[in-house]
Amino acid sequence: MISPQQEVIIDVLVDHKPGVLYTVSNLFRRRAFNISSVAIGTSEKDRVARMTLTMRGGEKEAVQLVKHLENLVDVIKAEIVDADKAVVRELALVKMAPRPEDRVQILSFVDVYRARIVHLSDDSIIVEASGDTDKIDAFIELSRNFGLKEVARTGITALSREQKSTESESQGNDVGW
Amino acid sequence: MEMSGANALIEALRREKTQAVFGLPGGAIMPVYDVFYKMQDLPSELSIRHVLVRHEQTAAHMADGYARASGRVGVCMSTSGPGATNLVTGIATAFMDSSPLIAITGQVARPFIGKDAFQETDIIGVVTSVTKYAFQPRKAAEIPQIVKAAFRIASTRRPGPVVIDIPRDVQQEMGVVEFTDQPIPRRYVPLPDPDPGTVVRMVDALMKAKTPLIIAGGGVKIAEASQELVALAELLMCPVATSLMGKGCIPEDHPLSIGVMGMHGSSETNHVVPSADVLLIVGSRLSDRTTGNIDKFCPDSQILHIDLDKAEIAKNKTPTISLVSDAKKALKAVHAGLANCLARKRGSPWFQKVKNDIDLFALEKDGPYLSAVRAIRLLRKLLPRETIVTTEVGQNQMWSAVHFQAYGPRQFITSGGLGTMGFGFPAALGAKVARPDVPVLDIAGDGSFAMTENAMATSIEERIPVTVVILNNRMLGMVAQWHRMFYGRRYSSVKLGRSPCFPKLAEAYGAAGVGVQDYKELSDAVKSALTSEIMTIIDVPVSPEENATPMLAPGAGLEEAAIA
Repeated sequence: MISPQQEVIIDVLVDHKPGVLYTVSNLFRRRAFNISSVAIGTSEKDRVARMTLTMRGGEKEAVQLVKHLENLVDVIKAEIVDADKAVVRELALVKMAPRPEDRVQILSFVDVYRARIVHLSDDSIIVEASGDTDKIDAFIELSRNFGLKEVARTGITALSREQKSTESESQGNDVGW
Repeated sequence: MEMSGANALIEALRREKTQAVFGLPGGAIMPVYDVFYKMQDLPSELSIRHVLVRHEQTAAHMADGYARASGRVGVCMSTSGPGATNLVTGIATAFMDSSPLIAITGQVARPFIGKDAFQETDIIGVVTSVTKYAFQPRKAAEIPQIVKAAFRIASTRRPGPVVIDIPRDVQQEMGVVEFTDQPIPRRYVPLPDPDPGTVVRMVDALMKAKTPLIIAGGGVKIAEASQELVALAELLMCPVATSLMGKGCIPEDHPLSIGVMGMHGSSETNHVVPSADVLLIVGSRLSDRTTGNIDKFCPDSQILHIDLDKAEIAKNKTPTISLVSDAKKALKAVHAGLANCLARKRGSPWFQKVKNDIDLFALEKDGPYLSAVRAIRLLRKLLPRETIVTTEVGQNQMWSAVHFQAYGPRQFITSGGLGTMGFGFPAALGAKVARPDVPVLDIAGDGSFAMTENAMATSIEERIPVTVVILNNRMLGMVAQWHRMFYGRRYSSVKLGRSPCFPKLAEAYGAAGVGVQDYKELSDAVKSALTSEIMTIIDVPVSPEENATPMLAPGAGLEEAAIA
């Protein structure tokens, strides 16, 4: 299913409270897991935050990381996301300073990538692109031809397409410990 | 009811039936110590004993020793900053050996947090890697629930240390606090019972086994599963090896016990383990010191692994069948499954062969000094069966692991995971506080003992009599041994010289100290120490050349030839 040395996505639900990010990131560092991105935000439940991690490694390491994560008191649930059965997205903001003659061309490639121009001024434009990592990588590569200045990426966030049972409904409201 | 945070803390500790707190005061914890002061007049069943230490590291080790001897949560306390950082070695020691410890630290007042105030250390940041959890109450009213949760986290599932870091102004502030005996709502729940299907598969594998063997680790002690372990071993008539942390979970004079395996295990034990066709591993994380080179570990054996921490399954070695469970429940379930289909064996050719191969007492030797090995075997003969023995770290520890038979699960206390020199003496004091009814003895080296010798003051002032036998080779012996074996006898910074004279040092503290010259004197000294009202140091001169053998070279597999 997962070949060695690829990006594995892990979905983690945590108590939304101070210090959780430190505890989780400290685990990667101390056990030498190779994390390439972390995206955090609120979830559908009060007091529960969703962290989407991507790690470089094989399935064995990912399974081990999930076990360690689930041992943390503040972690409600951790699981490996099957990318084939999930929506996987990353958002990037890309700032370019194109030559005047390139502006029209930018508009067309922004369209091809289903990106949007969110800022436009005399000397710069900012494009918002979202999609999977490969698409964002390709978009940024192309932007280099048009005076690429700065990139900000959110890191991957993902949701399984499967209908999840709500068996853990009450958990979000319990005290974590 | 309305009370201060400091009062709430002590009341919460009392409700958790805390008998003793080991600690040392300072600026950021003074409101709590004021409560201790006021408690002095209360009858003992309403108060908590405070044991004053001379260095916070020993407070953590004492609380840890208390926990390991009794199975109850040990509590230590310090001020902020250096007080808290001094606890860290003790917290890490407890973490590595899964010992239930609560460390309460003072913190600077809330308005000063993050301002680099005097004696401010971000202790939660410091200890995150070596604790199960860390709390920082921000209101007095939070304290009762936090203390309750801390005890639960420290003592359930895989036990471990928890820190409660309390800002000084939270200790002082008055708040409306509520104490409830109701369990707090929580996700953090005990584990379910062992999966019946997996138990059936394990039973099946053990039924088919011709040469089964059990490796028992510290988890068996924590789960209080010694009886279940022995019952299963007797049903299977199979030998039981232990890790260092598991030492004593089967009485080592039990016919099925084959002693401690691993880097310093006897060669016979280490050779028998890989010849098992089915290995049942219970409550052991299979550390490198237990398995030798993990890539060479028992390649031909079917491995059944029981551990209550799922992260330990397949962390170091991938098992054939694994069961995430408390050791007691799992051993009971496997035993029940086997008992249904297996008539109790009278004997087993496999086991006879094992017993013929292993003669743990074949190693005796002597020399110009007192032999450490002989001294330790003599101690076993002299000490009552129920004696709790602690060790320091290094040669003294490995000699004790091999040559001092432990007869019960909470009777051999050692820093196995972290290997903390200076642990054994304060841990012995903590053990004695928990079990004043039994003799407690620390088998020490001169290097280790010197690290926490200031705890002698605590022993005398608090009237906690223990015995310390120092196997004195005037060396950092284990490092010197490595120099001999692997560094061409280049002794780099291991010679400790003649200082101090330990019996005189003992006298300076008001303790008893005696130097012995032969086994008769050692015997007399131990006998009198056991009945003494004050602690005794017995200084035993041993050869700086005596090695703790057998020993597997680093990187060697269990079956490879050990250095004898």
